[in-house]
Amino acid sequence: MERIIITVVGKDTVGIIAKVSTYLANIDVNILDISQTIVSGFFNMLMVADRADSTVDFNTCQEELSKLGEEIGVQIKCQKEEIFDMMHRI
Amino acid sequence: MININEVLETNEMIERENLDVRTITIGISLLDCMTEDLLKLNQNIYSKITNVAAKLSDTAETIEREYGIPIVNKRISVTPIGIVGSSACKTISDYVSIAKTMDRAAGEVGADLIGGFSALVSKHMTTSDAMLIKSIPDALTSTSRVCSSVNLASSREGLNMDAVRLMGEILLELADKSKDRDSADCMKLVVFCNAPDDNPFMAGAFHGVTEGESVINVGVSGPGVVKKALESVRGESFEVLCETIKKTAFKVTRVGQLVAKEASKILDIPFGIVDLSLAPTPAIGDSVADILCEMGLEHAGAPGTTAALALLNDQVKKGGVMASSYVGGLSGAFIPVSEDQGMINAVEAGAITLEKLEAMTCVCSVGLDMIAIPGSTPATTISGIIADEMAIGMVNQKTTAVRLIPVIGKDVGDTVEFGGLFGYAPIMSVNQFSCADFINREGRIPRPIHSFKN
Repeated sequence: MERIIITVVGKDTVGIIAKVSTYLANIDVNILDISQTIVSGFFNMLMVADRADSTVDFNTCQEELSKLGEEIGVQIKCQKEEIFDMMHRI
Repeated sequence: MININEVLETNEMIERENLDVRTITIGISLLDCMTEDLLKLNQNIYSKITNVAAKLSDTAETIEREYGIPIVNKRISVTPIGIVGSSACKTISDYVSIAKTMDRAAGEVGADLIGGFSALVSKHMTTSDAMLIKSIPDALTSTSRVCSSVNLASSREGLNMDAVRLMGEILLELADKSKDRDSADCMKLVVFCNAPDDNPFMAGAFHGVTEGESVINVGVSGPGVVKKALESVRGESFEVLCETIKKTAFKVTRVGQLVAKEASKILDIPFGIVDLSLAPTPAIGDSVADILCEMGLEHAGAPGTTAALALLNDQVKKGGVMASSYVGGLSGAFIPVSEDQGMINAVEAGAITLEKLEAMTCVCSVGLDMIAIPGSTPATTISGIIADEMAIGMVNQKTTAVRLIPVIGKDVGDTVEFGGLFGYAPIMSVNQFSCADFINREGRIPRPIHSFKN
């Protein structure tokens, strides 16, 4: 397992989840969990994914997701899971 | 599994509340560089630093990218040069040449600052220590990254008043040598009582002789995160206040622990400590003084400030200690003036004085920090301020420090601009009564008794 956390923040629009999931499928990243919420009118989505079998390295995945975000008009961040685990789990 | 609210909370801390890792500091022992030949010593120092810290910048960037947490500074600390140079350095300019080598080496590996141009003289000075101290003005004005510290006192050895007197003169000389830049080089010099061996923060970082070959120490920050958390408990009891600070400090420190372990793994250098300090910057919302105001003070410096700061400092430690396996360095709330917008506001409003700051240093880390005073202040008065602060540390068995900037050509009412993370500072007034006859006595103040505690 090599978990990453992908967050999407921005204006809600058609096909955000579809585009992100398609990209992740193409690079063999397995989505483990998806949740979403609206905070002060903004669309917030969280994906927990496993990139252990991914065909690209972390940096490429991060950069391409960020580029994809620009195309859709949202901000997509990709971080390793440990920072959240450390902060919120004892 | 991590849920969306937890992820949003963490990212909100980073993006809006200035949560960052203030510094990754590599400590490097230079003891094996020692030789009688100055040229060879300089070569040894350069190659040791550039070898050990070669991947410092890249490592910090990798961690920043992978976890999304900003790492503000990459720094190096080395064995006190007063020891390393003792055999090779015969003159002041010999010591200056070592400072220049440290500067070049730090530049080569992309480090922001390098600390350890230091002497540990809490009891007596060796000839070498005295020479290093006298070389500080030239060393700091002819380099840009080198930081210097001098340990003048300790609870075990007492207070070296000869060194205190010398440091008053040295500080003024350094101020004069950099007067065309508002005496800004004084920011790179700090004096200590009970200086820790593993402090990652500048200007006081050095790699103590109790340390190993090399070590990774990390300093976290997060005054903005604490301030924001306290906004949600306005008017609540002290119990709620303390719990909130503790929980927040825990979260902030966990990030430091993660970064320290990762850096240690990538660089293959042992993890030393996480320093729990709440280190402010002049950025809006990154202020320790603002936390005190959020607790219910009109300004930092109002009656109640010392109690509020004691509470804050203690809760930060209580929360942070559980979050990291090894805690060390200075660990507490910093109360610099120029680096904290809330503190600057307090000075401008007339709410805080040098004397109140001194009282505050009794209950927090670390001391009188980044305080601009009139350039016309006599050396003996500066030594008097230093002696007072050292005495507080010595008797209370805590680390205290003094980093004053006597700004040549400026007086109370003027402001001095340091730029960037260093901020700006209104010149603070200094008590005008003389302590010259006290300071001019020779010798040292004996170690304090560690019983009869009252």
